[in-house]
Amino acid sequence: MIKLENVSKKFGTGAFGVSDVSFSIEKGEFVFLVGSTGSGKTTLLRLLIRDILPTEGNIMVNDWDVVKLPKDKLSKLRKHVGFVFQDLKLLMDRTVLENVVLPLEVSGSNQQEAVLIVDDILKQVGLMEHKEKFPAQLSGGELQRVAIARSLVLSPEILLADEPTGNLDQATSWEIVKILSDINKKGTTIIMATHNMDIIKSLKKRILHIEKGKILKDEKKPLSAQEEKDEEKKESHKHKENKESEEIQEKEKK
Amino acid sequence: MKYFNTAWKNIRRSPYQALAAILIMTLTFLAVSFFAFLLFGSSEIINYFESKPQVTAFFRNEAKQDEINALENQLSSTGKTSSIKFVSKQDALKIYKEQNKNDPLLLDLVTADVLPSSFEISTQKIEDLSVISDMLKKSSLVSDVIYQKDVVSALTAWTGAIRKIGIGLVALLSLVSIFIMATIIGIKISRKKEDIEIMRLIGATNWYIRWPFLFEGVLYGLVGAFVGWLIATVTLLYFTPFLESFLKGIPVLPAAPASLLLLLGIEVLFAIFLGVLSSFLAVFRYLK
Repeated sequence: MIKLENVSKKFGTGAFGVSDVSFSIEKGEFVFLVGSTGSGKTTLLRLLIRDILPTEGNIMVNDWDVVKLPKDKLSKLRKHVGFVFQDLKLLMDRTVLENVVLPLEVSGSNQQEAVLIVDDILKQVGLMEHKEKFPAQLSGGELQRVAIARSLVLSPEILLADEPTGNLDQATSWEIVKILSDINKKGTTIIMATHNMDIIKSLKKRILHIEKGKILKDEKKPLSAQEEKDEEKKESHKHKENKESEEIQEKEKK
Repeated sequence: MKYFNTAWKNIRRSPYQALAAILIMTLTFLAVSFFAFLLFGSSEIINYFESKPQVTAFFRNEAKQDEINALENQLSSTGKTSSIKFVSKQDALKIYKEQNKNDPLLLDLVTADVLPSSFEISTQKIEDLSVISDMLKKSSLVSDVIYQKDVVSALTAWTGAIRKIGIGLVALLSLVSIFIMATIIGIKISRKKEDIEIMRLIGATNWYIRWPFLFEGVLYGLVGAFVGWLIATVTLLYFTPFLESFLKGIPVLPAAPASLLLLLGIEVLFAIFLGVLSSFLAVFRYLK
């Protein structure tokens, strides 16, 4: 569970990153954080792992009071909250495997176990064949998947993804979103900052609109399981109809 | 082990910095080793002289044998002597030949006539040496008295000076190596700043980040200590034959392997201390 109460972050320059933001997110939710560049999306996500401290307000992540969390407990919080950074923050002198295994190393798990977990995750994001490559040898979409894989190896309860489809083409973006929603189905809470409207519209998840540091709109439209099924049926039906009409058209042409 | 691997990778990836750090450590421990040899050797020499309370009296050439015998009786009647040994000119030549058997040039130049006959007198107690030496100095037969208290006090003064210079030099070199190592490790930390930031963001504790740098400092220290000790020890062994003939029968050399290993052990501990101290300086300055 994530809960923000009247959170403001004023930067040294006097500009507000976010101001008076309150919302809460339940366990297992998938939330889009939508807003234009500079609207405060990244600031909000950074506040959640205390990369920065708020000027005012309270932040709860699971049972942690993020603002009052002592420094030596910080690493614990960050092990439970995965983060896919906008600039990925991969270590360029380490291979894909070494990058992905890093959180496990950091948390002191044993090496054999770590290798198994990493293999599993790499399969999940489709990077097995690139395991021994360095970041410089990968494409944008592959790098993004490395970053996602790294954020997942500790099986975090919460995953924060900061524009994970930022620089990617439509097809690759969909691959990434597919990975994220698969993870979400397994129970991980996901907050994804983005301004890719196609994805937002078609996924039908809760949307937090943020502009100039303020939450403008909180569109809660969680579909029930039945609704979700109906939705899927409709989609596939439409797809079928389209296909059929295309086939008829083609036949007519012939 | 994992931290050690990371430290080793850091060293391999910047060999010149590692070399600089190891060289300054080697220099420090070379100085430590040499001064340890000097101090240990000189204190052994002092012990040797102190354990043998002895006065040597050289007779004039004109001294006659019965006069010498009379003096001997007079000395033993004091009851303070434990042994009086007469060394004739021939005996002196024999001893001289034995001591210089490897140097034929010195042997050719000397005959029994040149060497004086002498008494080697040991006393029961070291305090009695001055009484006996005073008696000998008064005798008209005696040309010269060598009284080991003088030798010991001269040596003690020398040892004191060596100790002061040694401690000063080792302290200075240690300080220099601490600062050089701290600077080198500091440079490495600054260069990895971004990596360190990333590691923190994905949940690395401060100690997870610090350990490899601490190990790196210790590793420099250990390699430096071992190489410094090795160079000093090999040099000592190489010069042992020469030094043995120079010390003429004082049983200081060859150095016991056990003491050399003890020295290595002490140096290893000191190296760990220097390594940890300098890495700590760097880590707490650059990794707050």
